[in-house]
Amino acid sequence: MTLQTALVIAAALFSIGLYGAISQQVVVMVMMGLELMVNGVMLAVAALWWFLAPHPSGQVLLLVVIAAMTVEMGMGFAVATVLHRERRVDMTDSATDLSR
Amino acid sequence: MLVAIAFLALGVVAALAGAAVFTVSSMARATYALALSFVAVGLQVVMLSQNFVGVMILLMMMMEMAVMAVFMVMFMGMNPALMPMSMVHGKRASLGTAGSVCAAMVLGIVLTPWPARRGAPPPELTAAIGRELLESKMLAMATISPVMVATIVGGVALALRRTRYDRYGDDLERPADDPQPGGVGR
Repeated sequence: MTLQTALVIAAALFSIGLYGAISQQVVVMVMMGLELMVNGVMLAVAALWWFLAPHPSGQVLLLVVIAAMTVEMGMGFAVATVLHRERRVDMTDSATDLSR
Repeated sequence: MLVAIAFLALGVVAALAGAAVFTVSSMARATYALALSFVAVGLQVVMLSQNFVGVMILLMMMMEMAVMAVFMVMFMGMNPALMPMSMVHGKRASLGTAGSVCAAMVLGIVLTPWPARRGAPPPELTAAIGRELLESKMLAMATISPVMVATIVGGVALALRRTRYDRYGDDLERPADDPQPGGVGR
């Protein structure tokens, strides 16, 4: 169990999430990709904390990352609900107004 | 040694389950795969002696994935366990980007001369975190609280079908226009 092992696993999780976030068409699947990216970040922060500087204050950063994840979920689902209600769609390709 | 093997195995499970999210043929399976990935990472965090945060990740993510499964069923408008589907755009470019990012990160991880550990973890880590949160890091937690409240308000405001402007008009001055009037004697 080394820092490098944990960070490589975290990098793999982050990259898989990145693939999902930029390739998926369904809004909820894009959110799953983002979740997977944050999953990797959580593991990386936990490993860096344990292997480099195991002072309790570092745990606060991990709690902030988890809080950011809940905010992302809450607002993401609210936006998905609005999108579905207004346009009856669940695809990102049908919500490209800001890219024009 | 056994702990190291278990940690590595959990990492492989987390990564494979993460990959399964985008390769399985139904939304419901994708949700469960993501839940499995989170459970594996939560257990890894517990193995890194961060019991409080690890258990919190486990409990939170199981609930979150259950909510996500409900949203899948709501928005997909079909039985998500039975419908095989592949809805992607720019698959090759996405794979290339993700692969490049992964390669760059792994290269950085391997080549970085990581410093030695500074200090030792306190014996009662959970109690130490509790003290930290309620003492020197209180401001960080107190800052997160209004963000959470704003998220709740924003989420409800976005998800509401009818807002106060639908009820009272643009200037909020006309009598309430509700499909089902409330109050005594309705």
